[in-house]
Amino acid sequence: MSTTTVGGGQSSGAGPPPGRAGPQVPPGENPSLRPSSKRLGERIILNLLFVAAVLSVLTTIAIVVSLVIPAIDFFRQIPIADFLTGTRWTPTFADPDYGVLPLVVGTLWTTGIALVVAVPLGLGAAMLISEYATDRARRVLKPVLEVLAGVPSVVYGFFALQFIGPVLLKGVLGIEVGTFNVLQAGLVLGIMIVPTVASLSEDAMSAVPSALRQGSAALGANRMQTTLKVVFPAAISGIIAAIVLGISRAVGETMILAIAAGNIAQIITDPRLGAQTMTGYIAQAATGETAVGSLGYNTLFAVGLSLFVITLAVNVISIRLVRRFREAY
Amino acid sequence: MATLADRVRTRPLGRASGGERSPRAVLFLIALWLCLFTGLVFLVVLIVQILVDGAPRLDLALITNYTSQLRPEQAGFRAAILGTIWVMGCTTVLAIPLGVAAAIYLEEFADNERWYTRLIEVNIQNLAAVPTIIYGLLTLGILSLLKPVLGFQNNNIVIGGGIALALLILPVIIIATRESLRSVPAEIRAGSLALGATPWQTVWRQTLPAAVPGIATGTIIALSRAIGEAAPLLLLGAAVFIRYDPDGLLSGFTTMPVQIYNLVSKPQEELQTASAAGIVLLLVMLLLMNAVAVLIRNKFQRRW
Repeated sequence: MSTTTVGGGQSSGAGPPPGRAGPQVPPGENPSLRPSSKRLGERIILNLLFVAAVLSVLTTIAIVVSLVIPAIDFFRQIPIADFLTGTRWTPTFADPDYGVLPLVVGTLWTTGIALVVAVPLGLGAAMLISEYATDRARRVLKPVLEVLAGVPSVVYGFFALQFIGPVLLKGVLGIEVGTFNVLQAGLVLGIMIVPTVASLSEDAMSAVPSALRQGSAALGANRMQTTLKVVFPAAISGIIAAIVLGISRAVGETMILAIAAGNIAQIITDPRLGAQTMTGYIAQAATGETAVGSLGYNTLFAVGLSLFVITLAVNVISIRLVRRFREAY
Repeated sequence: MATLADRVRTRPLGRASGGERSPRAVLFLIALWLCLFTGLVFLVVLIVQILVDGAPRLDLALITNYTSQLRPEQAGFRAAILGTIWVMGCTTVLAIPLGVAAAIYLEEFADNERWYTRLIEVNIQNLAAVPTIIYGLLTLGILSLLKPVLGFQNNNIVIGGGIALALLILPVIIIATRESLRSVPAEIRAGSLALGATPWQTVWRQTLPAAVPGIATGTIIALSRAIGEAAPLLLLGAAVFIRYDPDGLLSGFTTMPVQIYNLVSKPQEELQTASAAGIVLLLVMLLLMNAVAVLIRNKFQRRW
């Protein structure tokens, strides 16, 4: 990099008197840093930076390619209709069946239980922090809540298996559960996504203009009514986005379910029983011996592709919902 | 807000609300506090329970011994601790330069009107929501391409773990770095350009140094997410008993969370105790990393 002066003839001594010589920048906006000169070093660096940014797009493409190629091999041997509608998932049996529905139902159970926990807890915490807490309390409460999101999921899995199931559910509440069950896994999964739901909904509620709150108070409403009937509806798009992001976290979470939900793929109607989820299957099958290119290996990618499609669909739905419910101020 | 206006018009103001101290309002507030406290109580019970479970094994053997099925009361995390250090080293070296470079491009140079800039931005947001286990499947694909070049047999190698976790935290680092760069005031860039610095000199000598505390904080938080991540590493086959120190990028490895998972799924009571003690060790590591992040933020971050 050379350090010679730029701008050629306009040296400061002979130039026009100082005044508004710099680039005109409106306050709050960054000046454009696109190179105007043809310096080689600058252009090389800019291109390197661009490559780094493009790498993220390449990652997405690589994900799709690395999932789709083995999945195509899989669907050559197992018809896609059998995979999507079959109700038995027994890839390791002598007479194997590849119906993904048991895994999907397992994921639905754990995600559903997690939402039952996370939506009320997360929204309650968000309302408290956004509408009731003082600035000082907010600065303490928010990071403390975030700690819940920072605990590794393998720790949650251990806790679900060793405490929530045997001590809380069986001992304290007297619910007869097996060692592995979707109830304990779902409950802990719910606690794990509370910060996701709470943090984003709190942002959405804090962004509601205070003029609406003042108007509500001026009409004689108390804080509860203002929170529930003014702030909550006004922030609904952000709150829905928060819940949907929580759903996508719950669907994609692996370790809690691999440890505590059980590893028998079965369609259950009772949350006290164990069931395998899609992520749980991938984790369990990956720890066994699977030769590259074998049907067992390709099965991982078929389930992984289904998982990827589901989370992508959930994200697209969230964007749609946000657009529909958005209120402009 | 038509509903509110209607309601107020049809009822006298004083009786409509019942005030801040009405039973319903008080109950509502109590319910909100309960929501918040459930999460906090959960966290406290979790930590106490794990400390109690792991207390008998919080000894030196936990750090110095290899894991063992034959003598489960002596099982330790030596290979996992060293493996974690190796893998996190790889992740740091891969993820930070790439993430910061991408963020500099998007924040300082990219033309926001161009379609490909928007594509990159949407893409980064989506990548952050991809399930972590998918990154394991991606890494399997990448390793199958690298296999002929590097000539390794097994997927369970340090560089594989590093690649998986680096791809996983790249979006987080990019987002944190962009926020940090955005908070550097425009006047600094304008001043630098006005003094004759080139765009890159402006970024390298002014903008980036000013943003370093924020970038460091965001990066450490991203790394602390990676250190507790087990799912993508399971796919590489890291959940095996490793009884040697990893000694290179192509060496076999296991990490703390993977070994904890491995021990949890074993039937012996002693191994459960060892895994609880391992969790204590992992949580202490996380606590230290986050403490450093908070320290950097409080000490170096400038308010403009």
